[in-house]
Amino acid sequence: MTEQVPAVRCAGLTHRFGDTLAVDHLDLEVRPGEVFGLLGPNGAGKTTTIRMITTLLPAPPGAVAVFGVDVATRRTAVRRLIGYVPQQLSADATLTGRENVALFARLYDVPRPDRRGRVAEVLDAVDLTDVADRPAKTYSGGMVRRLELAQALVSAPRLLVLDEPTVGLDPVARDGVWQRIEQICADTGMTVLVTTHLMQEADRRCDRVALMHRGRVRALGTPAELRDAIGPDATLDDVFRAHTGDALDENSGGMRDVRAARRTARRVS
Amino acid sequence: MSPAVSPVLDIPPDPGPLQLLRTGVSRIGAMCLVELQKLRHDRTELVTRAVQPTLWLLVFGQVFTRIHAIPTGNTPYLDFLAPGILAQSALFIAIFYGIQIIWERDAGVLSKLMVTPTPRVALVAAKAFASGVRAVVQAAAVMIVAALLGVHLQAGPLRLLGVVVALVLGSAFFCCLSITIAGLVLSRDRLMGIGQAITMPLFFASNALYPVQLMPGWLQVINHINPLSYEVEALRGLLVDAPARLALDFGVLVVAASVMITVAAALLPRLTRG
Repeated sequence: MTEQVPAVRCAGLTHRFGDTLAVDHLDLEVRPGEVFGLLGPNGAGKTTTIRMITTLLPAPPGAVAVFGVDVATRRTAVRRLIGYVPQQLSADATLTGRENVALFARLYDVPRPDRRGRVAEVLDAVDLTDVADRPAKTYSGGMVRRLELAQALVSAPRLLVLDEPTVGLDPVARDGVWQRIEQICADTGMTVLVTTHLMQEADRRCDRVALMHRGRVRALGTPAELRDAIGPDATLDDVFRAHTGDALDENSGGMRDVRAARRTARRVS
Repeated sequence: MSPAVSPVLDIPPDPGPLQLLRTGVSRIGAMCLVELQKLRHDRTELVTRAVQPTLWLLVFGQVFTRIHAIPTGNTPYLDFLAPGILAQSALFIAIFYGIQIIWERDAGVLSKLMVTPTPRVALVAAKAFASGVRAVVQAAAVMIVAALLGVHLQAGPLRLLGVVVALVLGSAFFCCLSITIAGLVLSRDRLMGIGQAITMPLFFASNALYPVQLMPGWLQVINHINPLSYEVEALRGLLVDAPARLALDFGVLVVAASVMITVAAALLPRLTRG
C-alpha cells in the first residue's frame, strides 16, 4: 500500500438517529499528511462523522476507510492507525500525567521495553515533562488538552482525530495546543482530522477544510480557495453564511452537545 | 518526538483466539494497575468505605452475638457474619461501577477507551477485575477490623488466595450487572435509583446475615439464584472453616461472571451511540 491511498475516505456515508438524518450521503477524502478541518455549527454532523471514522458508531461496509482499511470490517486494524482526542476533557484527574499516558501506552500495546521511553518522549513533545508526576487535577485546561494529545500520540498513530480540541480554552492555551499539533505534524508527517466551529482557527491552522451543514458537505477546499470564491475580503464566516443561508439552525446541537461543551468549558475555566 | 510515519502501511492481521486472550489479560492488568494507582493517590475512600462494614460488625454483629437470636451452631455469630460483611462491602463497591461508566461516557473517557484496539469483552472484563482489585483492598481493611473484634479468621496462603478469587469473581459479576443496567438505562440518576433498589434486596436475599435454613421457602429460592450467596458461602468456608461446597461456589461464580461480562460487553456500545 502506498502513500497515495487517502488517509480517510468516506463514500456515500449516511447515519440516522431515529428519524433524524445526522450524516447525509457524505463524500470526503482526507489526504495523507494534511491538517483537515471539518467545520460547521453544532448538529452539522461533524461529531457523528468522526465517531463513524473512529469506529464508535457503526458504518456500512465500504463507506469509510482509513488508509484503505475498511472501518466496518476491520475495526481493530483501524483503531491501531488512529489517535483520538474527544471533545470533553477526558484525562483521569486522579492519576498523574505520566500514569495517564502510560495507561494508553499499555492499551495500544506499546512494547514493554519501549514503553517508559515512549511515554517520556510524548510528554516532552507536549511540554509536560516538568509536571508529569503531578496529578492531572492540578493541570490547567490547556495542560489537560496537551496531556490528552500525549495520550493520543503515544502509539505513534498515522491519523490523529481531534474533536473540537480547543473548545473552552483561552487564546493563549489554544495557541499552545495548536503549536504542539503543528510541530508534531511537521516532525512525523502525521495526518490530522479536526472538527471545529471556530472559523478563524480553521482558517489559520488547516490545510483544507470541509464545511458541513445538516449532514452534508457544502463547501470543500483550502481556506483561501473558499474565501476567494466569495469575494476579495471574505472570511470563512462569510463562506459559512453563503453556504448555509446565514441560518444557524435553531434545532442544531442537541442537549447533550451543549451539556458536553459546557462541562468542558467549566473544567477548563 | 515519535518517528516519522512510514510510507508503507504495516497492518497486522486480525487477532486469533490466542492473541485475543493475551490482549484480554494485558488489558485486565492495565486496568487493575490503574485502580491501584488511584487508590494510592486517594486513600480516603478506603477509610470512608470501611465505616459501614465496621458498623455492621461492631453494632449488628456484637448485639446479635449477645442475644443469640440467630442460631449458627458451633460458630460464633460474629464469625458467621464477618464473611457476609466482607462480601457486602465488595458488593457495595461493585454495584455502583455502572455510575462510573456513565461518568466516563459523559467525560469522553469511554469513547477514548473504545477507540483503542481493545475488544469490548476485554474492556468490560478489565473494568470488572479492576473493581475486584478495589474490593480485595477494601476486604483487607474489613478483615483487620474483624480480627480486632475477635473473629477467628483462618489465614493460610491457599485460603487467602481463594478469598481473593471469590471476591474478584463476585465483584466482577456485580460490576458487570451494574454496567449492564447502565447500558440499558443510560442515565446516572436512573442507575443510582436502580442500584439502591437492588443492593439491599440482593444482600438480604442471601446467606450473608443468617443461615439459609431460617429463610422462608420463597426467599430460599431467591437465595439459590443469588450469586452473592455462593460468594458468601465460599468466603465462610475459607475464612472461618464453615461447611461450604467450594467447587459449586467457585463454579457458579465463574459462570455468573463470564455470562455477565458477555452481556455487559454487548450493551457497552449503547453508551457511546447516543
